[in-house]
Amino acid sequence: MADLRSEFVGIKSPNPFWLASAPPTDKEYNVRRAYEAGWGGVVWKTLGLDPHVVNVNGPRYGAIYGADRRLLGLNNIELITDRPLQTNLDEIKAVKRDYPDRAMVVSLMVPCEEEPWKFILPLVEDTGADGVELNFGCPHGMSERGMGAAVGQVPEYIEMVTRWVKSHTRMPVIVKLTPNIADIRKPAAAAMTGGADAVSLINTINSITSVDLDLFAPEPTIDGKGAHGGYCGPAVKPIALNMVAEIARDPELRGLPISGIGGVTTWRDAAEFLALGAGNVQVCTAAMTYGFKVVQEMISGLSEYMDDKGMTSVDDLVGRAVPNVTDWNQLNLNYVAKAKINQDLCISCGRCFAACEDTSHQAIAMSEDRTFSVVDEECVACNLCVNVCPVEDCITMEAMAPGLIDPRTGTVVQPEYANWTTHPNNPSAKAAE
Amino acid sequence: MGSDVFQPGISAGRLAPDAYEAQFSDLHPRLDGHEALVAADRCYFCHDAPCITACPTDIDIPLFIRQIATGTPDAAAKTILSQNIMGGMCARVCPTETLCEQACVREAAEGKPVLIGQLQRYATDHLQEQGLHPFTRAASTGKRVAVVGAGPAGLSCAHRLAMLGHDVVVMDARAKPGGLNEFGIAAYKTTGGYAQAEVDWLLQIGGITIEYETALGGAVTLDSLKADYDAVFLGMGLGGVNALGAEGEDKDGVLDAVDFIAELRQAGDMAAVPIGRDVVVIGGGMTAVDAAVQAKLLGALNVTLVYRRGRDRMNASPYEQDLAASKGVRIVTHAVPVAVHGNGGVREIEFEYVDDAMKGTGQMLRLAADQVFKAIGQTLQGEGLPELEGRKIKVSDSGRTSVSGVWAGGDCASGGDDLTVTAVAEGRDAAMDIHGVLVG
Repeated sequence: MADLRSEFVGIKSPNPFWLASAPPTDKEYNVRRAYEAGWGGVVWKTLGLDPHVVNVNGPRYGAIYGADRRLLGLNNIELITDRPLQTNLDEIKAVKRDYPDRAMVVSLMVPCEEEPWKFILPLVEDTGADGVELNFGCPHGMSERGMGAAVGQVPEYIEMVTRWVKSHTRMPVIVKLTPNIADIRKPAAAAMTGGADAVSLINTINSITSVDLDLFAPEPTIDGKGAHGGYCGPAVKPIALNMVAEIARDPELRGLPISGIGGVTTWRDAAEFLALGAGNVQVCTAAMTYGFKVVQEMISGLSEYMDDKGMTSVDDLVGRAVPNVTDWNQLNLNYVAKAKINQDLCISCGRCFAACEDTSHQAIAMSEDRTFSVVDEECVACNLCVNVCPVEDCITMEAMAPGLIDPRTGTVVQPEYANWTTHPNNPSAKAAE
Repeated sequence: MGSDVFQPGISAGRLAPDAYEAQFSDLHPRLDGHEALVAADRCYFCHDAPCITACPTDIDIPLFIRQIATGTPDAAAKTILSQNIMGGMCARVCPTETLCEQACVREAAEGKPVLIGQLQRYATDHLQEQGLHPFTRAASTGKRVAVVGAGPAGLSCAHRLAMLGHDVVVMDARAKPGGLNEFGIAAYKTTGGYAQAEVDWLLQIGGITIEYETALGGAVTLDSLKADYDAVFLGMGLGGVNALGAEGEDKDGVLDAVDFIAELRQAGDMAAVPIGRDVVVIGGGMTAVDAAVQAKLLGALNVTLVYRRGRDRMNASPYEQDLAASKGVRIVTHAVPVAVHGNGGVREIEFEYVDDAMKGTGQMLRLAADQVFKAIGQTLQGEGLPELEGRKIKVSDSGRTSVSGVWAGGDCASGGDDLTVTAVAEGRDAAMDIHGVLVG
């Protein structure tokens, strides 16, 4: 069993799995259950100033399903905590006292002025919490009031508020970023300049999950109307991974710790975030779908993976994939692969054929007896057949060894690396000297 | 169909020589990787899952299935084996249709439960075939425990005790370990010598010595064990078999079903196992079905399973009854044996039909029989045992008997169904209680 102990911006936890600031971390009862179930830490649901906000009294969530009604994406219009500030502070203090080995970070959102931050930070420090997370990401409701994503979408505001917070607390400060922006590196840089100890991302994505076609209203529908919510769950993971990687590989942002958030559901999702540079991960939708116990699979799976890889600490994994994230123009154009269909695994559904024949390169042949095989003369190794095949590892992409002739182009596969920047078709290519 | 299938009397090799392997192949071939992923995908990861409650060993089924679904079958195996060290055998022999799979919410939703048993086998096989044993012994406690019986209860108890740092000596009357896993379960449920392989794997924990052909009542008595060891666990099962109480039951060819199954399980070559053309099995439990189905698989032309009550009262599950029927076993209910006819060896067996209250109807049934297998229950043997409850050793929830320092579990102990999985649970729980007493 690998050692999963984690230290993120000085905050220690028995594993790198934290619950994100969200409905599951709204109160003492839930957080105690979460710790008992094995979560390494929590980010307490965002506190604000009194009088506390109110939530709608109709549905707050909408969902997107995959096959067998598997929940793939969730949309949420719940606001920050709708309980009095002191109630939350008392509960945080009580829980932290009973679970000193678990991470306790408190999410905050107050108006974009220095005084409210100066007011609330000592109150949080008094609870014994390990750090604060600044909620600059909430995309609904709060942003209409000049908070949440309304701050997160303006780098200058991020820097300004972060600086205030750093000057009024000794606690580590994590800035939570909104993905509802064109270039995630800009707000990350602003947080860094403001003195943030880390960034966490992504917050939820503006979304409408579905439309009621009888009421002609977006869902969730409250008395005939709907408002956009924040999208989360497995569906947003690819967006989150990219944004994490964009920050991790930016030379200007090097060394800025990242807490990865967005659709983490299994150990593998978590490992992917860590490999792309996240120092730990935060989880919400998986817990909301399956309950707190879901962390047990994340713990056993990550541990087994690390043992298999001979990794003795989580830090051995963090950032391992970052050097391999690059720009398109750096990809090796001399690398040639071909699809290969394992006939022993093939169940002859023909989905690869339909996809390739109708929408790609006519590189899969179908025989009278429904045997499907790759036509190497046409295959550009696009991977679509792999993606649509229902059987794992039935179709694979096999690299061609240098020296072989690519039947599609009739040219010899070259051993040298060569990318677009030097390609003859590139008008701005620089010929190798 | 072999050429000798119509030959009267008892003979071996009724089928073509190459037919036996297929006849006795795995009842449920192991899921391959794709099948396992598809099956695992159907689990809803229920809260406080009904399947866990239904499992006598409380395996965290949703967790291990999720671990399979996320590509970590060895972690899944550890989840299983930490609760049930014989999770591999239980995956093969458990009547899941009356336990976890009956409780599965997808049984309620669609009439098709998640394939829990087969997924469990997928995971445990994955781990065990690599020779991996994921448990290690605690520091030695210096305590010694005697375990009587190397069956599921005894071995489960021994493993847990060894893991906790105690030294364990297991005694078994037979020359091989495994108990009913090795001698008493249908061959098609545990193919490829799995029972022995599982014991070998289990013993990797260390600290367990097995003494074979050592039965309680010979050189070893309960008193001597109590004197020589710090604690004693009795898990010797039920060594005796109930009598029919029918006239002529001592004729040749009238056999105990458990002996027939044991002989068959130990036969290197199924073609060498003699079987009657006409076989009658008496009983309504798993042993009766195992005997009847295997008689049919050996090439018996007519196999009839006769039970004294209705099908709904049979201990064999509807699944097992259907399995028997699908193999060509005729099931006769509401009939009790009254006489075995024949000159030296059995030729026919006579039954009287009875009503639901077991009252004779005067209506008789005569079945041709070259062999009659009795499967009407087994009994506890031995003297000087702790206090009994009914016909078994009286135990508390933690397996304590009336004698201080002596625990019991499995088929020889009161309470619980006589299932492999129940025996494993009782052995494990007794071990925890013994540990508490020894180190407490």
